[in-house]
Amino acid sequence: MNKELALLAYVTRLGDNALILAQRMVQAVTLCPELEEELANANFGLDYIGQARLFYSYAGKLEGKGHSEDDFAFLRDAHEYRNVLLLEQPNGHFGDMMAREFLFESFYLLQLDALQSCDDTGLAEIAARAVKEIRYHLRHVSQWIVRLGDGTDESHARMQQAINDHWPYTGELFSADAVDVLLRSDFNGPDLDVIREQWQANVAAVLSEATLGKPDDGWMASGGKQGRHSEHLGYLLAEMQFLQRSHPGANW
Amino acid sequence: MQSVTREQVLQWLSSVPDPEIPVLSIMDLGIVRDVRMNDEVVVALTPTYTGCPATEVIEQSVLEAIRSHGIINVSIERVLSPPWTTDWISDAGKEKLRNYGIAPPEHAAGKRALLHGERSVACPRCSSIDTMRVSEYGSTACKASYKCTACLEPFEYFKCI
Repeated sequence: MNKELALLAYVTRLGDNALILAQRMVQAVTLCPELEEELANANFGLDYIGQARLFYSYAGKLEGKGHSEDDFAFLRDAHEYRNVLLLEQPNGHFGDMMAREFLFESFYLLQLDALQSCDDTGLAEIAARAVKEIRYHLRHVSQWIVRLGDGTDESHARMQQAINDHWPYTGELFSADAVDVLLRSDFNGPDLDVIREQWQANVAAVLSEATLGKPDDGWMASGGKQGRHSEHLGYLLAEMQFLQRSHPGANW
Repeated sequence: MQSVTREQVLQWLSSVPDPEIPVLSIMDLGIVRDVRMNDEVVVALTPTYTGCPATEVIEQSVLEAIRSHGIINVSIERVLSPPWTTDWISDAGKEKLRNYGIAPPEHAAGKRALLHGERSVACPRCSSIDTMRVSEYGSTACKASYKCTACLEPFEYFKCI
């Protein structure tokens, strides 16, 4: 793999992460526990759709084959998606959604922060825009981790279970493959080992405030970044892509 | 082309409203980053939030505003850097927001505001800082819902980002 292909793969992954999480949040619209959360979830989902559009447009430009942001979103099958497995997991209950978003955004914020100073201007500019939004999301989500963790016995138990259930999907965030390595070496991209240390510290601080235990690192799921997904992604894409698959080129 | 100046174009743009907050023009909002007069008029715009649904509407409005003055060769350039923050809203824009009943962003944007929330927000109606946040989220991504406990007026607050 050369550096150009690595950059394209990396930007596509960022777009896939943003879009798949956005779609999960869209699925939760009207299901949130109160109106304020409804607005937060929809607004945050919209931020992710906006970020996915920027990443996909840029990926299309890097690829140079005339693919639009819509082509990336609607005309690729599950094995062509490169999002991490954590984000395609079903929504579960509200605590599950908060756990997933908290664990991911604690990573994504650090990733974007590092990408702001990478050597590729296009990617650095998108990262600088997106980091402001994610910082704001993470503040909100962290409050929920604390509120539910340090809440009633019932909310504490369910929040702990949610963190435990999602933990095995966090290893993939930090396991560098050829794409990550090239982005680091040739574009001054993020050092995943450094990010992992910061992530561990930040996550531990919030969990501690929430009176929640930090799970031990055991077996970790992997494969999403290489296109090997859980069955959940197929169902998600089937719903998301239905219109463009049934009516190719539909527009309004 | 020679008959139109950059100042005229800027003047026209100052009458293009933000579709979500029509009291503000896109010039007040600080999203017009550049206007270049070459063979065509190029207007460089930056988005507020990446997912802001108003972005496309604004681009169309800009094209229409300039074309309505007989200029056919117009294009839009999207720029991301430096990213927009509420600090880009002009002082005149902040005053217009206040008169419209939306409390303008109070403090310089930055990590502090984003991570630790807002301090006091003044009521746009009676200026009291005796206000309470009803919801951190509102009718659009950029606003929170507040209530003034002095005059009881509910109002929206343009969040710092």
